[in-house]
Amino acid sequence: VPAFLDAASGAPLHPAARAALTAALDEGWADPDRLYTAGRRARLLLDAARAAVAEGLGARPDEIFFAANGTQALHAAVLGTLAGNRGELFVHSAVEHSAVLHAARSAGTAVPVGVDALGRVDAAAFAAAAAAPGVAGAGLQAANHEVGTRQPVEVVAERLGRVPLVVDLSQTLGHAPVPDGWSVAAADARMWGGPTLGVLSVRTGVRWRSPYPEDERERGRIPGVPSVPVIVAAAAALRAVLAERDALAARQRALVDRIRRVVAAIPDVEVVGDPIDRLPHIVTFSCLYADGESLLRALDRRGFAVSSGSSCTSSTLEPSHVLVAMGALTSGNVRVSLHTATTGAEVDDFLAALPEVVAEVRAELGAAGL
Amino acid sequence: MTVVDARGQRCPLPIIALARQIGAVPIGATITVEADDPAARPDIQAWCRMRGHDYVGENRAADGTPAYTVRRSH
Repeated sequence: VPAFLDAASGAPLHPAARAALTAALDEGWADPDRLYTAGRRARLLLDAARAAVAEGLGARPDEIFFAANGTQALHAAVLGTLAGNRGELFVHSAVEHSAVLHAARSAGTAVPVGVDALGRVDAAAFAAAAAAPGVAGAGLQAANHEVGTRQPVEVVAERLGRVPLVVDLSQTLGHAPVPDGWSVAAADARMWGGPTLGVLSVRTGVRWRSPYPEDERERGRIPGVPSVPVIVAAAAALRAVLAERDALAARQRALVDRIRRVVAAIPDVEVVGDPIDRLPHIVTFSCLYADGESLLRALDRRGFAVSSGSSCTSSTLEPSHVLVAMGALTSGNVRVSLHTATTGAEVDDFLAALPEVVAEVRAELGAAGL
Repeated sequence: MTVVDARGQRCPLPIIALARQIGAVPIGATITVEADDPAARPDIQAWCRMRGHDYVGENRAADGTPAYTVRRSH
């Protein structure tokens, strides 16, 4: 059975999103800020979708702003925080998404806080770094996108004081409970089965200033007319996944536990990330004496789509900064991530194929028996 | 001192070369891998952890290439 096991790069479109998108293309195509009938119809759809997304994040509808995609939402979260607060330092965990690192470096000085071997920051060390003079904001993901380890967001938030906390919810929203305590948040609809859409949330009263030229859309936070059909579809997918989140998470957790068990039994393969306090749908491992690109291609030939943090699979030829920060093996890395429709049979077939694939790649490199 | 020249080799080739050579040095002796692939830095350290050898540290070869030294411990 061919299987798509790379949901953390973007899940296949949820059936609820597809149905909502089709309907909203007919009903919600007009500019929602216009006063004629078609515009008012689009406005009603947009308001309802915004309310659904707000509920999912635990925010108010007027704290939700839509961006083109998840990267843009992360950029806006970091850039607006730096622009709205005194100081030029942005403290972040060493394992944040590259969009956070790049935004922080482009508008200020990025100050990384290291992680342990499981990929987790120490809450006290993070809070201490954020308490330094000149810190405009701090960024901490709810959970890591490559290895699934959850971060101590709520503990950090309690210790931060006046410094606004930017939380990346990209892999968390729709999959696990959203932590409290954030000032600014960003999410990505592709990760819960929606179409390409970013979500920015800024809590009322938080100092955040738009890094963009002036524009009246999205209450001045994100410029340009939002795509109502895309937003309606993303909200429909979010409602659907949240309705079954805990049951789905339990099923995915069992599948990931099965993967962790079988993979760890392959010689010289290390499972990376926290075994317990983690996202339910992501699991990562590294195979000694194998290269990520060959593993990906060999798995793809057998019908399995996965991703890798190995340097040979990145355009920059640098290994994943997440794996490096954890002290994990970067070569031979494979990330498996499950979506709502992933079956136990797909996982079993993947696990049946994997030992042979690893052995094949090692043999090609002349590393068999090392 | 044993030196492995892994210039121009992409990971995991430098650690495969290291694994081939480690048995040729006496226990307690060191072996140095000269490698320009940026993944060699984390991967040689991870290899030491997984194989139970000591990672001694990083230096530079005469031409500026990073040189990673490992002590065989068993």
